[in-house]
Amino acid sequence: MSSQQPPVGERFRRSRQRRDAGLAVPPAEFSSYYGRPILKPPVWTWEIAAYLFTGGVAAGSSLLAAGGQLTGRPAMRRAGRVAALAAVTASAGLLVKDLGRPERFHHMLRVAKPTSPMSVGTWIVAAYGPAAGLAAIAEAAPLLPRRGPLGLVRRVLPPVGRVAGLAAAATAPALGTYTGVLLADTAVPSWHEAYPHLPVVFAGSALASGAGVGLIAVPPAQAGPARRMAVAGAALELYGAHQVESRLGLLSEPYRTGRAGQLLRAGRTLTAVGVAGAVLGGRSRVVAALSGAALLAASVATRFGVFRAGVASARDPRYTVLPQRERLARRRAAETP
Amino acid sequence: MAEAHPVGFQWVMEARKRGAKVFHVDPRFTRTSASADTYLPIRAGSDIALLGGVVNYILSNELDFREYVLAYTNAATIVSEDYVDAEDADGLFSGFDPETGSYVQDSWQYAGHERDSGSGHTATERDTAAGLRHESHGAPIAGQVERDDTLQHPRCVYQILKRHFVRYTPEMVERVCGLPQEKFLELARAWTQNSGRERTGCLIYSVGWTQHSVGVQYIRTGAIIQLLLGNVGRPGGGVLALRGHASIQGSTDIPTLFNLLPGYLPMPHHAQHPTFDEWVDAIRHPGQKGFWGNARAYAASLLKAYWGDAATPDNDFCYGYLPRMTGDHGTYQQVLDMIDGKIKGYFLLGQNPAVGSAHGRAQRLGMANLDWLVVRDLFMIESATFWQRGPEVATGEIVPQECRTEVFFLPAASHVEKEGTFTQTQRLVQWREKAVDPPGDARSELWFFYHLGRRLREKLAGSTLPRDRALLDLAWDYPTHGPHDEPDAEAVLREINGYEVATGRPLASFAEARDDGTTAVGCWIYAGVYADGVNQAARRRPGREQDWVAAEWGWAWPANRRMLYNRASADPQGRPWSERKRYVWWDESAGRWTGYDVPDFEVTKAPTYRPPEGATGPAALAGDDPFVMQSDGKGWLFAPSGVVDGPLPTHYEPAESPVRNSFYGQQDNPTRKTYRHPVNSINPSPPQEHSQVFPYVFTVSRLTEHHTAGGMSRTVAPLAELQPEMFVEVSPALAAVAGLTHLGWAHLISARAVIEAKVLVTDRLVPLRVDGRVIHQLWLPYHFGFEGLVTGDSANDLFGITLDPNVLIQESKIGTCDVRPGRRPTGPALRDLVDDYRTRAGIVAGAVPPAVTPGVPVDQPGETAGERETGADERGDR
Amino acid sequence: MVDTDDRSTPRDPATGAGWVDPPPRMGFFTDTSVCIGCKACEVACKEWNGVPTSGLDLLGMSYDNTGALTANSWRHVAFIEQPRPAAASEQTDTTTQFLGMPQSGPPGRTGTAEGRNDFRWLMMSDVCKHCTRAGCLDVCPTGALFRTEFGTVVVQEDICNGCGYCVSACPYGVIDRRVDDGRVWKCTLCYDRIGAGMTPACAQACPTESIQYGPLDELRERAAARVATLHERGVPEARLYGHDPSDGVGGDGAFFLLLDEPEVYGLPPDPQVPTHDLPKMWKRAGVAALAMAAGAVVAFLGGKR
Ligand SMILES: Nc1nc2c(c(=O)[nH]1)N[C@H]1C(S)=C(S)[C@@H](COP(=O)(O)OP(=O)(O)OC[C@H]3O[C@@H](n4cnc5c(=O)[nH]c(N)nc54)[C@H](O)[C@@H]3O)O[C@H]1N2
Ligand SMILES: Nc1nc2c(c(=O)[nH]1)N[C@H]1C(S)=C(S)[C@@H](COP(=O)(O)OP(=O)(O)OC[C@H]3O[C@@H](n4cnc5c(=O)[nH]c(N)nc54)[C@H](O)[C@@H]3O)O[C@H]1N2
Ligand code: SF4
Ligand code: SF4
Ligand code: SF4
Ligand code: SF4
Ligand code: SF4
Ligand SMILES: [Mo]
Repeated sequence: MSSQQPPVGERFRRSRQRRDAGLAVPPAEFSSYYGRPILKPPVWTWEIAAYLFTGGVAAGSSLLAAGGQLTGRPAMRRAGRVAALAAVTASAGLLVKDLGRPERFHHMLRVAKPTSPMSVGTWIVAAYGPAAGLAAIAEAAPLLPRRGPLGLVRRVLPPVGRVAGLAAAATAPALGTYTGVLLADTAVPSWHEAYPHLPVVFAGSALASGAGVGLIAVPPAQAGPARRMAVAGAALELYGAHQVESRLGLLSEPYRTGRAGQLLRAGRTLTAVGVAGAVLGGRSRVVAALSGAALLAASVATRFGVFRAGVASARDPRYTVLPQRERLARRRAAETP
Repeated sequence: MAEAHPVGFQWVMEARKRGAKVFHVDPRFTRTSASADTYLPIRAGSDIALLGGVVNYILSNELDFREYVLAYTNAATIVSEDYVDAEDADGLFSGFDPETGSYVQDSWQYAGHERDSGSGHTATERDTAAGLRHESHGAPIAGQVERDDTLQHPRCVYQILKRHFVRYTPEMVERVCGLPQEKFLELARAWTQNSGRERTGCLIYSVGWTQHSVGVQYIRTGAIIQLLLGNVGRPGGGVLALRGHASIQGSTDIPTLFNLLPGYLPMPHHAQHPTFDEWVDAIRHPGQKGFWGNARAYAASLLKAYWGDAATPDNDFCYGYLPRMTGDHGTYQQVLDMIDGKIKGYFLLGQNPAVGSAHGRAQRLGMANLDWLVVRDLFMIESATFWQRGPEVATGEIVPQECRTEVFFLPAASHVEKEGTFTQTQRLVQWREKAVDPPGDARSELWFFYHLGRRLREKLAGSTLPRDRALLDLAWDYPTHGPHDEPDAEAVLREINGYEVATGRPLASFAEARDDGTTAVGCWIYAGVYADGVNQAARRRPGREQDWVAAEWGWAWPANRRMLYNRASADPQGRPWSERKRYVWWDESAGRWTGYDVPDFEVTKAPTYRPPEGATGPAALAGDDPFVMQSDGKGWLFAPSGVVDGPLPTHYEPAESPVRNSFYGQQDNPTRKTYRHPVNSINPSPPQEHSQVFPYVFTVSRLTEHHTAGGMSRTVAPLAELQPEMFVEVSPALAAVAGLTHLGWAHLISARAVIEAKVLVTDRLVPLRVDGRVIHQLWLPYHFGFEGLVTGDSANDLFGITLDPNVLIQESKIGTCDVRPGRRPTGPALRDLVDDYRTRAGIVAGAVPPAVTPGVPVDQPGETAGERETGADERGDR
Repeated sequence: MVDTDDRSTPRDPATGAGWVDPPPRMGFFTDTSVCIGCKACEVACKEWNGVPTSGLDLLGMSYDNTGALTANSWRHVAFIEQPRPAAASEQTDTTTQFLGMPQSGPPGRTGTAEGRNDFRWLMMSDVCKHCTRAGCLDVCPTGALFRTEFGTVVVQEDICNGCGYCVSACPYGVIDRRVDDGRVWKCTLCYDRIGAGMTPACAQACPTESIQYGPLDELRERAAARVATLHERGVPEARLYGHDPSDGVGGDGAFFLLLDEPEVYGLPPDPQVPTHDLPKMWKRAGVAALAMAAGAVVAFLGGKR
């Protein structure tokens, strides 16, 4: 936080400088107030984009862990649980850090509000976090002494961990997808219009990043499910991203252009590379790990891409005015017989 | 008006809601233009041409309200045959004396009154802005005047007026003002169609009209139109001045001006008014008609209020103690005297001349050459820190370590931190409560002067020197209260109102004032504001609880009258001109004047009353003479005296103009006041050479967001941020010509200074086609200076000093300049740039352009030796 | 609170928020046709509410140096310099295409020495709309935003933790986070004043009654009458904005009379409360979550390796 309010002129610089328009009349595409944004661009900074990623990693990892747990793949279970705890811890940190008043983070727990995806998300995280945490802690059981009070803990932990791991996995899909609603339930044009697709993108991205964790941490021999998860996740993610980039009319533009476009393209490439590596990499530990890393990187790129596309759409009044004008025209046309 | 009087403008908006049509005439498109029905862009300084065009339109189409004009104005009066109009003498009226730059007005008088008018030579009047005395009363006319009620006599005012304005045609308006003819005709049509028996139109002006070398004549032209159309003294009519600072009206009523005493009594002149009787007679003109006949009572009562017990009829009420004028003591003369070392000490209260007055550099150099300077202000303003941070420090002209002026800064209490009154433009006196205590050492003016006087008197106590008597004899006994011994403001109001000395009973009206020392009155026109011992100014009965005149809100001088000359709202027989517009009328059965307002007439004087032969004072006014303060009871279309620069308004170019006067050989007002002083200079105008060195016209005015010299707005964050930087507005065309870019820098150069500003390119300014040429106007706010939260160069640095001769107001609305892109030079290079321009423009320090434009023939006035002597005498007085 | 699909049924937001027998809904009708751009509203709001400065910044946007509604400007007066629309003027240059505001460059291009194009200068005092269906309020996760008994929307500064969600959820771009404070701020419709039966500071200061405060129903009637009058007087471009309870936000508690398209003033032409689509969003998220779960199940059950 800077200690000074930046000047208004700085805060709302026109996103697209049409230079040298001079005294000539530019094409009457649309009108606005000095080209300034109508909406306030999100005040969220990189932390939220990063959280989209870490939340996804947590969700994917918990599913991976639960799968490992239920299909008897301890390495996968362990890796998933530890990654989930790390990711959810990072998530909480990022979320708190992004607050304007971090010391008031607990005010989130004052209410439970179905109209607020952030409130819903808070409670999802509140349910998921402890479960994921317990499951991960349970992995530490073998390190405890066999006797004494800790011995009791050592004995109790694994079953608790099993229950917790399943509980975490049960809430993980919610954790992985609610963020799509979090972004969509705003006035940010390219986020809002993308509401049917964002949860799909995020679900896929979460699966793929969970798979990435598996590919890195689990010997290739045990990693078959992770590879399949990578394929499934990539499929969902690529399908969703394609929808977002092509089905929203003008509002798809921010996903294809600028920094956001670059990021999303990078994400797609990395996903493809990661999946290809995972599927075709044979038994190479190195290739598997690189593929996993690629998937994780893809998820980062996708999340930041989606995030930035929204911000860009809020900054340019074109994306606010033109679709609304069209909507208005459609409604008026429908009203007049 | 929306810019500078937004609260008053609500009534204009309300009138518009009810269907009134609003026209706005201004060099640039303002917030007012945005809210008007029609906007007329005009070249600054050319309004007399526009208004003269309207006069001509009215007269040539016979659209005047004839009954009104005949009965209530001096249209029918016959003027002396010695009179020569400016139309016939290339822009000069008869009687011009080039030596003093002033007129001998004998030839302007009504026929038969050439000698007894008392106007004569006006050189002294010009120096002391004596015209201002007539703010509340006309100049004298004795006896009866010749009339021609058919208005056909070639020397009747009506015909003179017609001839004077005959060349002010729509074509000329277009040529001189740069205003399309259709726009002009739209205005002229609307104005005349909305005037007359059933309708009235009103004219509103403010300092866009006054701050010119012909400012008073601007307003005279407006008044002529309103009289011709019957729009004076009637509801919805009038010539409404929007005054400035919250109590600027109050500060002329109870003046801060060098030439006036309270209630428009003139400050005595050492040569003209040596004795009390001579002073008083110069005001009341024995034998004259009208209400100034009682001036002796007002004058005696004023002195009685000043000197209390010491003032007696035997010692002329201590008249000898009053200071005397010796000539021009106006603020600009004083500044030049400071530069010349003639003035040693200066009190500056509630004024910031380093920014607010024309020729900022002269102001600062003057204040830097004093022994002491006392500044009382709410904030640390430029006029207190010029010696340390002013632009002259940067150029090396003032060296802080060597500046000899000792500056004392005393914090002042603001209007919310003290009680008192505001008198606004309608003469409405409104009481103000104190809202909060002043912070720290801040004190009210009342406190400061009371205690300053008290301490001076304590120091002088026991002095036997005659010169100290004036101070020691003062009635200086105000009750005080509170921890700081704050004088009681209501006690002051009571003294202003006046009281019976013996009983202390407050007077109910100025009619109770006496000239025998039995009454003391601080300001006779305010008598009644404390009637019955009640603070009438504090009345706040809401408008919805009374009729539309709302006589119980505050108190208006004189006598709580809300509209002056309201007898004119009824026809000569005393019946309302129209039922819609009824205001004050004669009630036959009751035998008195009645109506919504307090009648501005003797209430029982019937419309049929005719004065007996030889009557004087009020009794000499007939029952159909509504202009009761005028010596002939008439509204003056033609002013035989009282205006020193001509009996009729005439278009002259501003002192600095890029164009030649299209009407006359005389370029500019020949009586304008200029000062030959090395620091002062005027940019050349045609027909002088080199006028193209300063090719652009700049005009300066206000922003809603700031206040005057900025001391009260640039220091306040919520205001400062609304207009955070000095800027100059230019049209896109000028931007292209001069290479200026939106939000880029520009600097403006005149013969006095160079200043810089950010550029705002806007359609609100348009180039004008004037006399076949394209004239570009630039606009600047004058609110910026070097102190406060937001700072910038001062527009007033660009101006030289040229004054209107009637009231000594500076021409600060218009000047010429050059403009260049980029920032100005700093340090000594800045003066070099100015000097370079001065050289190119052929400017010689201390020289000002001639009063009479070369080539204009001057008829030397006054054939008789006596008159010449008078003139010489008065010149000697200066 | 999410039954937002029905555009036609107006409802009283105070009752909806659980107030029993609330007073009439209060709001603003801002009639920009009489605004003189004096900014008294901006200043009065700052003074009364102790709002800090928005910065000393010459923007070159006509006389607007505030720029937008922000955490530090709860009233904002917009200034628009433009040629007069054809309908209102006899001598309009029809070749000049009207664009609202120039997108860039200086605002001037119509005046010449040969005569100026007819020109107008629009002024409009903008404020929080106190939406019937307020996006900011819907999404606030802490309950810092609440609906008052007057139907207005207010932030509780002791609750807000600056999550910033409301900022993105406001379809008008009103609510804003204060940089050096971390919390969000906006017009409270002077909750403290109206609770005490007083008029909000901005409306009180407005000299021309451009800002009219009162029960919303009355204001709507007045506004309709004013539009009719303006139409009669040859101002066909006069229109209301935000008055319609069947619009995308259920109508505004602060609505406007405009003389041009909303976007010219920086207003969205067809604002919609984001939560309008929330049920559908949750459905889609549910489907995606199922797909995600399914993907995981398939991954583990779908092969041997
Ligand atoms: N916000 C605000 N209000 C104020 C003040 C302030 O500083 N700020 N100051 C107060 C004071 S002290 C005063 S005296 C009044 C002054 O009130 P106004 O006289 O209304 O103020 P200005 O803006 O100086 O001038 C008015 C207009 O005159 C125009 N003008 C300039 N030259 C000419 C000309 O030759 N002809 C015509 N027709 N118009 C011309 C200017 O372009 C300007 O728009 O305002 C008072 N009210
Ligand atoms: N070019 C150009 N120049 C102009 C004008 C113009 O239109 N164009 N307008 C002219 C006009 S009309 C005017 S009125 C002048 C104004 O010019 P000034 O009178 O020189 O300027 P102000 O800033 O009004 O100065 C008033 C000072 O009084 C202080 N003050 C306020 N209240 C009190 C109080 O109660 N007691 C004391 N002691 N101080 C107080 C304020 O802080 C402020 O600094 O400018 C004139 N100059
Ligand atoms: S500043 Fe005061 S005097 Fe001037 S318009 Fe506003 S309320 Fe009236
Ligand atoms: S305008 Fe925006 S901030 Fe105001 S109530 Fe509506 S959604 Fe909330
Ligand atoms: S920033 Fe404050 S008011 Fe806005 S949604 Fe978050 S907690 Fe609520
Ligand atoms: S209602 Fe109050 S808080 Fe809202 S803009 Fe007006 S003054 Fe400011
Ligand atoms: S106070 Fe009224 S007239 Fe002035 S800018 Fe605000 S809304 Fe417009
Ligand atoms: Mo003034």
